[in-house]
Amino acid sequence: MTMTKDEVFAKVREVLEEALGVDEDEVTPQATLGGDLGAESIDYLDIVFRLEKAFGIKISQAELMADNVLSDPQYVQDGKVTDLGMSELRKQLPHADLDAFDASRQVDEFPNIFTVESMVKFVQGKL
Amino acid sequence: MRWIWIDRILELERGRRCVTIKNVSAAEDVLHDHFPATDNRPAMPVMPNPLIIEGMAQTAGIMVGHAGDFKEKVILAKITKAVFTDAARPGYTIRHTAEMDNFSKAGASTHGKTELIDPNTGEAKPLAEITLMFSHIDHNMAGLEFPEHNFVFTGQLMEMLEASGFQSPG
Repeated sequence: MTMTKDEVFAKVREVLEEALGVDEDEVTPQATLGGDLGAESIDYLDIVFRLEKAFGIKISQAELMADNVLSDPQYVQDGKVTDLGMSELRKQLPHADLDAFDASRQVDEFPNIFTVESMVKFVQGKL
Repeated sequence: MRWIWIDRILELERGRRCVTIKNVSAAEDVLHDHFPATDNRPAMPVMPNPLIIEGMAQTAGIMVGHAGDFKEKVILAKITKAVFTDAARPGYTIRHTAEMDNFSKAGASTHGKTELIDPNTGEAKPLAEITLMFSHIDHNMAGLEFPEHNFVFTGQLMEMLEASGFQSPG
């Protein structure tokens, strides 16, 4: 049975509440995992494990976050993502809104592209 | 030197479960600082809860390491939950039972129960529930590099594995 977007959101919200110890009302669609909800690197692995269990899907951290791109010198130079890197990120992360990030391309701002909404879109794409 | 907060491994099932014990002794200095007598009450020596969590982390960490043939550097990365319902006093035995929830190239998540075994009756009662996350740090997201040799599974932990009757990778 296909889940509605609201049903997916409700489950994603529950996952984020448990993984990050945040309150229900903090988990809005626009909230960023790193900036607003305080996720650190290990939390993303926790979120992956919990999403897999909650939705019965298999997720690699690379397909959710494209972390392989940022560790590749051909895609990052002087702390900024290159044109080639942006193109690769857009290919690998159709669930994320990269427009705001494209303006600065600063690697340390990368975690802010992951919003609750992007998690919902990612899961919907896997179901 | 490394603090070891488990005394013996009782069970080790690959990728599934690890059970250890720790005997709480009045000879351990840390108990006398936690908590010393005050003007208002006598001394109350109990095992500090962070050290009990460390014991569970060592128990679960051995299970995670064993699941990867001790090739990965397994580091405690997150205490997801630690809820204590009692205190561990000298003479009691602490028993940690860790179970694997998830295991991947990047790391693992575990949950476990910690019990107190009564020295008079031998009965076990709940002490804590502890949920942990471990990172395989050579696969960290930041791309940081660490020494090549496995500095986690060396020395005392591996000696304990052998002393408990399990084969160490070395």
